[in-house]
Amino acid sequence: MNNNIKIAIASGKGGTGKTFLSTNLFRILEKQSIDVTLVDCDAEEPNDLQFLNGTLRDESRVVQFIPEIDKDKCTYCGKCFEHCNYNAIFYINSRKYIEVLEDECHGCGACSVACDDNAITEKEDELGKISVFQSSDTGKIIEARTKVGVHSPVSTIKAAIKKADSKVILLDSPPGTSCPFIQTVAQADVVILITEPTPFGLSDLKQAVETLKSMGKCCGVVVNKAGLGSNDIYDYLLEEKIPLLMSVPFDKEIALHYSKGEILSDKNADWDIKFNRLYNLILERYGNCSN
Amino acid sequence: MEIAVISGKGGTGKSSITAAFATLEKNVVLVDCDVDAANQYLIFQPEKTIEKPYISGFTAKIDYDKCTSCGLCVSYCRFDAISEEKDKVIIDEVSCDGCKLCSRICPFEAIDMVQENKSRLYGGAFRNGQMVYGRLSPGEENSGKLVDMVREEAKNLQKKYGYEDIILDGPPGIGCPVISTITGVNKVVIVTEPTLSGLHDLKRTIEVVNKFKISIFVIINKSDLNEEMADKIENYCNELNISVIARIPFDKLFTEAMVECKSVIEKEPEATVSMLIKQALNLIKNN
Repeated sequence: MNNNIKIAIASGKGGTGKTFLSTNLFRILEKQSIDVTLVDCDAEEPNDLQFLNGTLRDESRVVQFIPEIDKDKCTYCGKCFEHCNYNAIFYINSRKYIEVLEDECHGCGACSVACDDNAITEKEDELGKISVFQSSDTGKIIEARTKVGVHSPVSTIKAAIKKADSKVILLDSPPGTSCPFIQTVAQADVVILITEPTPFGLSDLKQAVETLKSMGKCCGVVVNKAGLGSNDIYDYLLEEKIPLLMSVPFDKEIALHYSKGEILSDKNADWDIKFNRLYNLILERYGNCSN
Repeated sequence: MEIAVISGKGGTGKSSITAAFATLEKNVVLVDCDVDAANQYLIFQPEKTIEKPYISGFTAKIDYDKCTSCGLCVSYCRFDAISEEKDKVIIDEVSCDGCKLCSRICPFEAIDMVQENKSRLYGGAFRNGQMVYGRLSPGEENSGKLVDMVREEAKNLQKKYGYEDIILDGPPGIGCPVISTITGVNKVVIVTEPTLSGLHDLKRTIEVVNKFKISIFVIINKSDLNEEMADKIENYCNELNISVIARIPFDKLFTEAMVECKSVIEKEPEATVSMLIKQALNLIKNN
C-alpha cells in the first residue's frame, strides 16, 4: 500500500459538512504525529482556520498580469481588441478610444502578443493569498483565500495545492461541480463526498458522482445530518454501488460544537474513534487508487 | 422589483427560504441562479417550455497530424494547461481557460478551439408564476455568464406576463456567479447561520454586496442552535447599519416540506417559521 495519499473532501451541495469532516480528519491524524497537511481550497469562503490554529510560517500572493496601454505609443490598430477572447478591451476605432476592462481580464497575455507597437506593458493584479500555518510538529494548514471581488478562485486554489508536500494531504474542496471543484478533486487520489439525506443533497450528490465518474476518480460517501429527510439517498448509493463510509446523525450537540468553532473529535472521545475508523477505512479501500 | 437571496456559506437554508418567498405571492418569476447545483426545480417541477443551449467557452484541441511538438504553445500558455510529455504536446482541458492564444501563435495551425454546449437554460410555468433556471454541465466554467443569460430570460418573462417581482436564488460563495446574481438587483437578502463560519462568510459576503451599493437584509436561520452566536451576528450587522429582519429557529419542517416537494409556506402556512418568513418578506418589500 502506498503511504502517500491525497484525499479530497467535497460535496455538490454547500453546507453539508466538508469543513467539519476535513478538520476532524486533520486533527486525528495530527494527534498521531502523522505528517499531514490540510489545504483549505474553498478560497471564496475559507473556514478551516475558524476551527484550527497555527503559527503563520509563510504568506504569498497569487497574482495575474493584466495589460496597461500606453496611449502615446498606441496606434489604435485594434489588434489587441481582436485577440482578446474575454471582451476585456473596450475599443472604438473611429474615436480612437481604447481602455482595458480590468474586471473582465483573465491575464492570458494575448493582447501583449498582438501589439506591434510596444504599447502594452503588464502590471500585477492580486487574485488571492496563500497562508501556511504550522499547527503542530507534523501538521500544517494551507489556506487559499481569494481577494473579495475577484471572479475566479481557480488560480489561488491551484497555487495552494502546489505548496502541500506532506504524506497525507487533505483537500477541503469548494462546493459545486464547476471549475473550482474540478481543479481541486483533479489533484486527489480519492474523493470523499459528504452529503445530507435531503432531496437537494441527493440531487447535488448525483451531479458530483457523475462528474467524478467522468474524471475516473474513486469516491466514497459520508452522510451527514442523518435522520433528517428521507431514505432515497441510501437507495441511490446501493444502486450505484458507492460505499457509505460513515454516517453522522443530526444532533444539536454536534451542531453546537460546530457553531463555536470546536472540533468534535477533540471534545468527544467516541467521535475521535469514529473518525479514526473512517480514516483507516479510506486507506484500506482507496490506498491503491492513484492519481 | 428584483430580490436576490444569497448566503456566502452554503447550506444555510437559502433555497428553502427562497422557495418560501416564491410561494408567498402569486405571479412571480423565480430564478435559480445556482447554476452549478440547481435545486428549486425539484420543489416546483416547472414546465420546460423554454430550453436554450449555453455556450460556455472554448477549449484548445491539438491536431496531431499537424503538430510538430515544437513546444512554442507551452511557453505562451499562462494557465499551465499545456505540457510536453515524451515529445508529445498535451492539453489539460481542465486548466485550459479558452484564451485562444496558443491557437493564434501556433506556426503550424495545429490548434483548434472547440466550444462546449452541454449546459442548458430552462424555463416555463410553475404553480406560482414563471421559473427560469440554468444547469451548468459539470466542470464547465463561466457560470456567471449563464447566470446573466438566465436573468435576461427572467426579465423577458416578467415583461411578457406583467409580473411585479423577480426572486433570485443565488449560488454559495462570493465569486463570479454571485457577482452576476446581485449585479443590478434592487435588494439582497443574505441568509446566514449562527456559527463562526457563518459569521466569517457573512463578513466577506457583505463586503462583496457593498461594492454594488445595494440594500442588504440579513436573516439568521437555525438561530436557536447557538443563540449567543446569533446575538453576535446581530450586533455585527447593527454596527454596519444592516437590519437583521428575522431569526428563524431550526425546524425539521423545512426538510419535511422539501421531501414533499413543497415550501414551508405550502406545507404549514401557520407554522412559526412560515409566519417569520412572511414578516421578513414584508420588511424587505417595504424598506
